[in-house]
Amino acid sequence: MRLGSRGVGLAMTGIGLAILPLLLPNAFWYDLATRAAINAVVVIGLNLLIGYAGQISLGHAGFVGIGAYASAVLTSRLGWPPIAAMAAGALATAFLALLVARPILRLRGHALAMATLGLGIILSMIFTNESQWTGGPDGIVVRPFSLLGLAIAGERQWYWLCAALLLVTLWAAGNLVDSPFGRAMRALHTAEPAAKAVGVDPAAVKASIFVLSAVGASLMGSLTAHYVGFVTPQVASFLTSVELLTMVVVGGMASLAGSVVGAAVLTVLPQLLTRFEGAETAAFGLVLVATMIAMPRGLVPTLRERLGR
Amino acid sequence: MTAADALLEVRSLTRRFAGVCAVDGVSFSVGRGQVHAVIGPNGAGKTTLFNLITGFDSPTVGEVRFEGHAVSGLPPHRLAGLGIGRTFQTPQICAELSALENVMLGAHLRLRRNPVAAMLRLGGIVQRDRALREKAAELLAFVGIGTSGDVPGRGMAYGDLKRLEIARALAAEPRLLCLDEPAAGLNPRETRDLGELIRGIADSGVTVMLVEHDMRLVMSLSQHIIVLNYGRKIAEGAPDEVNRDAEVLSAYLGVHG
Amino acid sequence: MLAEFLQFLFSGLTVGATYALAALGFTIVYNASNVINFAQGEFLMLGGMLAVFLLEIGLPSWVALPAAILLVAAIGVAVERLAIRPARDAEVVTLVIITLGVSLVLRGAIQMWRGTATHALPPFSGDTPIMVAGAALAPQSLWVIGVAAAAVALLWWFFERTRWGKAMVATASNRLAARLVGVRIEVVLMLSFALSAALGALGGIIVAPITLTSFDVGIMLGLKGFVAAVLGGLGSGVGAVAGGLLLGVLEAMAAGYVSSSYKDAVPFVVILLLFMFLPRGMFGAHAPERV
Repeated sequence: MRLGSRGVGLAMTGIGLAILPLLLPNAFWYDLATRAAINAVVVIGLNLLIGYAGQISLGHAGFVGIGAYASAVLTSRLGWPPIAAMAAGALATAFLALLVARPILRLRGHALAMATLGLGIILSMIFTNESQWTGGPDGIVVRPFSLLGLAIAGERQWYWLCAALLLVTLWAAGNLVDSPFGRAMRALHTAEPAAKAVGVDPAAVKASIFVLSAVGASLMGSLTAHYVGFVTPQVASFLTSVELLTMVVVGGMASLAGSVVGAAVLTVLPQLLTRFEGAETAAFGLVLVATMIAMPRGLVPTLRERLGR
Repeated sequence: MTAADALLEVRSLTRRFAGVCAVDGVSFSVGRGQVHAVIGPNGAGKTTLFNLITGFDSPTVGEVRFEGHAVSGLPPHRLAGLGIGRTFQTPQICAELSALENVMLGAHLRLRRNPVAAMLRLGGIVQRDRALREKAAELLAFVGIGTSGDVPGRGMAYGDLKRLEIARALAAEPRLLCLDEPAAGLNPRETRDLGELIRGIADSGVTVMLVEHDMRLVMSLSQHIIVLNYGRKIAEGAPDEVNRDAEVLSAYLGVHG
Repeated sequence: MLAEFLQFLFSGLTVGATYALAALGFTIVYNASNVINFAQGEFLMLGGMLAVFLLEIGLPSWVALPAAILLVAAIGVAVERLAIRPARDAEVVTLVIITLGVSLVLRGAIQMWRGTATHALPPFSGDTPIMVAGAALAPQSLWVIGVAAAAVALLWWFFERTRWGKAMVATASNRLAARLVGVRIEVVLMLSFALSAALGALGGIIVAPITLTSFDVGIMLGLKGFVAAVLGGLGSGVGAVAGGLLLGVLEAMAAGYVSSSYKDAVPFVVILLLFMFLPRGMFGAHAPERV
């Protein structure tokens, strides 16, 4: 990824995000765009872990849940300022991720999938069961978000906040991929012995990217809690983890543009299917299977190849 | 050569795998600034020995000392930090990175590796990366594939991949470079070019150790040869000594006597 | 005290027998194709749900239950041909995602067709509990354990004594060699999916009278079945059965003596601990990784 083309891509995305509101007819679409942007940030973090570093995480929604519930509980029940609650959630996530990273990331393939899955499910069960704190299956209301006394309210303000966050995340992720750490991470995926031979500590790199992507998920979980105003254990469920994974994979692994596309497509698609109960789930499944068979590398990388870029 | 001069010392190195003794009590010293070779018939334990020296395996008994420090059992990335580099029999190239980026990977330990600093472009990372790009391009030229900078790893020819591996290993500025069958799969012309490259590397002050099957290459390049058979060292010395050693001949030609 | 312990033991063995069947399903498919079929749990769900439906439309149970099993076996074959075979040489991540996708499709389809209600199958021989040393043992539990044991015995006979069974064992051990001696790998793969689907369906049917069934029981059952398979050493049939029973008992004990709201977490805590300390499981057939 040459620096020049990265700058162009970033600029174009920025322009696109700025123009988008002119095309959105009503609040419903604003909402979708905001959710898509939030998902895109999480998906970028997850893609760094899965697509670039070659790991797998089937429990990432658990980290989203930690952030969401931290924000919900600390602001609504204990009156903390939202930023502090968000930071607390991120710290808790970082702590947990650090704790489990080394033992779990020693594993590969199905074992790693299973371990991350287990982690996610345990977290989601905690959120469901500890109802005095979390409100149980019925969930918990969240106070509105405010930054240094300035409240963020209304779909326009939320859209601009999330679009800006997305742009910053794209910039930071692009920087990471092109850096020594980024090269080490990518080398671990396909040429681990070579990486080791030049001094890359596999355990440390894998743990770092795991923690980074977990913290990203947590921060976005916190924001989502404030945006929606309500948190239920669904936010940390296995199905949510699968949705996130789908967005990574369908959009394109190891592709930042793919993460945005995947998040956008798979945030909008289910909304068009809510008429039929169960159709949403089945459609997701079909998209997953079909994409993996026909375009194993995902939408954006496959399109790039076909268009000969 | 006294122990103090030795860059690498291998003492009674043994590696047992569930009943098979792949390396059996091997001892030798490797002095600075020369080309050393480890040869022997297939299955003699050369690759295992290499893996033991470069940290990809741990000895059952015995030790490896590098520049006086005990290093046996340390993982490869620690040995890289101490100055040992290696290439692999089957080129381990990251297909997603360009040739240039693969070489830049080699300089990993010389750069700022903190991911947060990278994301925020702090600490001069970008400038150092630019400088590294130039150095990497020089290395590519040095090994003879100077025009392939932007080609992604997956698009390169086999012979070029082997050179790329060497360029990457050199980017780490090792004091001991271990080459694992560098001539495997190369035709005679490529092998000759490889020999010149290795001589150039040794001339620049890097001690080279290679495992190789190509006898002509070994004899023409090395000052010091170690011969293994069935995991044991059966001969050691300068090329013409080893060439005439009876045991070596019988190991290779199956002549018993 | 004893009565309570026995109660937990019985319910643990009962649900454990189901996990054992699910785990066997995972193992058979893994041995034949190196794929972990995350949709295995849905075969259990389909068994129960289809059996309920066939009974509802008036078929007698001695027709409905076997028919349900056969239908699910057919679905298993369809999954193999349509979703797994096209992607056989793909990376682990890809295959994991494909089987996850298949499980979503199956679950979503049943949800669309039958909604989210829970259904019950009538117990096979009534529900008057049998008292054993003060503990109440539901007759259906005996059915579950008995049928599961019979299924395992039948499987053993199949793998040890029949040509196709031995072909499958050979394929698991060395695919190339098996192909060279004339084993048709494509058929082995289809058979393995059919077999594991049938086992799953059987497991789902025999336990449905006790635990009820609905469109979403597959997730947990499947995941726990996978944990059981790994616990016993992925690739080992004996291990799968032992792992399933052990897991069921552990879960029941935890639910009884510790906390019943976290009983579903037990398998996952077990798997996390296991992976950190014993990656090869109890009977260590294969380490569950692909390097």
